[in-house]
Amino acid sequence: MSETFWDRHGLHGVMARFETPEQLLRAANETYRAGYRKMDAYSPMPIEGLAEAIGFKRHFVSLVVLIGGLSGCIGGFTLLWWIATIAYPHNVGGRPFVSWPMFIPITFECTILLAALSSALGMLAMNKLPMPYHPVFNVASFSERASIDRFFLCIEANDPKFDLAQTRAFLEGLDPEEVAEVEK
Amino acid sequence: MKTEELEKQAIDPGPDKIIGPGYNYATVTDKIGGVVLQPIQKTPRQWWVTLLLAFMGLQGLLAGGFWLLYKGVGVWGIVIPVAWGFAIVNFVWWIGIGHAGTLISAILLLLKQDWRTSINRFSEAMTLFAVAQAGMFPILHMGRPWLGYWLVPYPNSMWLWPQPRSPLVWDVFAVTTYLTVSLIFWFIGLIPDLASMRDRAKQQWQKLTFGMLAMGWRGSAKHWSRYQMAYLLLGGLATPLVVSVHTVVSFDFSVSLLPGWHTTIFPPYFVAGAIYSGFAMVVTLAIPTRKWWHLEDLITMRHLDCMAKLMLGTGLIVAYGYMMEAFMSWYSGNPHEMFMYINRATGPYAFFFWMLILCNILIPQSLWSRRVRQSIPLLFFVSIVVNIGMWLERFIIVITSLHRDFLPSSWGMYYPTVWDWAVLAGTLGFFLTLMTLFVRTLPSISIFEVREVLHHLAPHIADDDMSPSPAHGD
Repeated sequence: MSETFWDRHGLHGVMARFETPEQLLRAANETYRAGYRKMDAYSPMPIEGLAEAIGFKRHFVSLVVLIGGLSGCIGGFTLLWWIATIAYPHNVGGRPFVSWPMFIPITFECTILLAALSSALGMLAMNKLPMPYHPVFNVASFSERASIDRFFLCIEANDPKFDLAQTRAFLEGLDPEEVAEVEK
Repeated sequence: MKTEELEKQAIDPGPDKIIGPGYNYATVTDKIGGVVLQPIQKTPRQWWVTLLLAFMGLQGLLAGGFWLLYKGVGVWGIVIPVAWGFAIVNFVWWIGIGHAGTLISAILLLLKQDWRTSINRFSEAMTLFAVAQAGMFPILHMGRPWLGYWLVPYPNSMWLWPQPRSPLVWDVFAVTTYLTVSLIFWFIGLIPDLASMRDRAKQQWQKLTFGMLAMGWRGSAKHWSRYQMAYLLLGGLATPLVVSVHTVVSFDFSVSLLPGWHTTIFPPYFVAGAIYSGFAMVVTLAIPTRKWWHLEDLITMRHLDCMAKLMLGTGLIVAYGYMMEAFMSWYSGNPHEMFMYINRATGPYAFFFWMLILCNILIPQSLWSRRVRQSIPLLFFVSIVVNIGMWLERFIIVITSLHRDFLPSSWGMYYPTVWDWAVLAGTLGFFLTLMTLFVRTLPSISIFEVREVLHHLAPHIADDDMSPSPAHGD
């Protein structure tokens, strides 16, 4: 991420506030069309198509969960196999040590456990949470209403196209309730 | 509509709607968050009474647990041949109750049932607390609970390892996984609402507490995108998990060779029974909660109606299970199997068997009637009856198969002692204590998901001239 003039002057970006999700979605689309790339949209509930509108295409949650699930599956089975054949071989009526059908339930539970843990922890890690401080909360109306009933779009200062006056004017043209500068 | 008005009035919108009229994103937050953030003087008196009674019940667990640890499992009524008494009955019952929570939050999420939204958080909490009760029983039943960690495979100086072919070891993995995954699912679902609470809280300590729990959630579109995928995958993972948990619990019985336990119908019949009792418990808890906190326009008759129908459906699967048990014991031609069933119906525990048929099969048939499903007192009554019925089912399964051994010389009887009852009452008290505290301290309805419902309903609301945006702030 290259540091721009605005970055150095303690500006995170410019933020517009909207009343409805539809307005935010429209604004996000127009901002992307205008050539801005470094931006984020904030809403009190998930809005279909919003992430795509700001140019966010891929997340790797499913991949992380797949890896977690596979390691749970392989790790669980290996543990049981090792216990039953090497660590504590137990002859039950002459049955084979690797009686794999009996290992299925625990292998299954280990798969689910690791997949679920990696889903939750992976999501939090990729979202960089917990995050004790973030500049967007410096905007008063954001910290009061972004999680309740208002919809925000922030064009960030490290965008190559960012210019305080122009970007501000651009956002004001999108019919927002308010436009505010976001200090770092 | 003003927030203060919303706190007082709550009119059930009837069996067709999942949310009352006049809500917008802000008022729905204030309504649900208000239960948590309101000053302590405004807490309904019924809540205090419930908490007090539940806390008194909890003392039964403390007293019973103390006496058990001091004297040993002999203080319970378990005597050979009945080595599995109340402990296992209660374990299976509590685990089963948990299942409806996961069903509502995971399976109905995958099936895109919009009515799950108002009750999923609440029933997930119920799952957690019920599984916590269940988990205590096998540990207490071991006799030396402080050695409970021996169940877990870990490198130890004795070079002993658990037997991975035993359903009892499967149980350890299934129940601990279930508890962990339920906790994750519940907490991940809470994060956006904790952020709303952080932003709505007035007092500093509330802001701090909710702020720390929300972990800096700011509702970024990128975050929501990953969040929704993670939540959906958790739902997808929890669905087979919930089926596996009661299947493994039923293996504890069906893998043994005892008449009445050794049947292949057990896994599906246990899972259906679990969901049956779970829905009964959700209904039992939801009816007073929605009344005391004036949430009738968020947990509506539609929710209760859907849950009643699911109770009826799963109840019929359970009834089919009973029929198959009877049929197979006759069809097997095995004298021990035949004797087991005749003994159930006519032996020393026959009264409880017929009570079970009455509670689990006959009375719930009244739910076919729309009038019963939409009468709060009748529905509440049926849900209590089903709770009792499902407990009796576990009692009958555990006790009647054990008390008549293969050899008449080793026949016996099981009589629960006062300590058995104390521990059962104690877990009920503990469960209710946790539930009452939960309803008061965390948003018990998923706020952001209700906002989503409002968003999807918005065009229809506008048609009905109940547009959410003009109503705001007036």
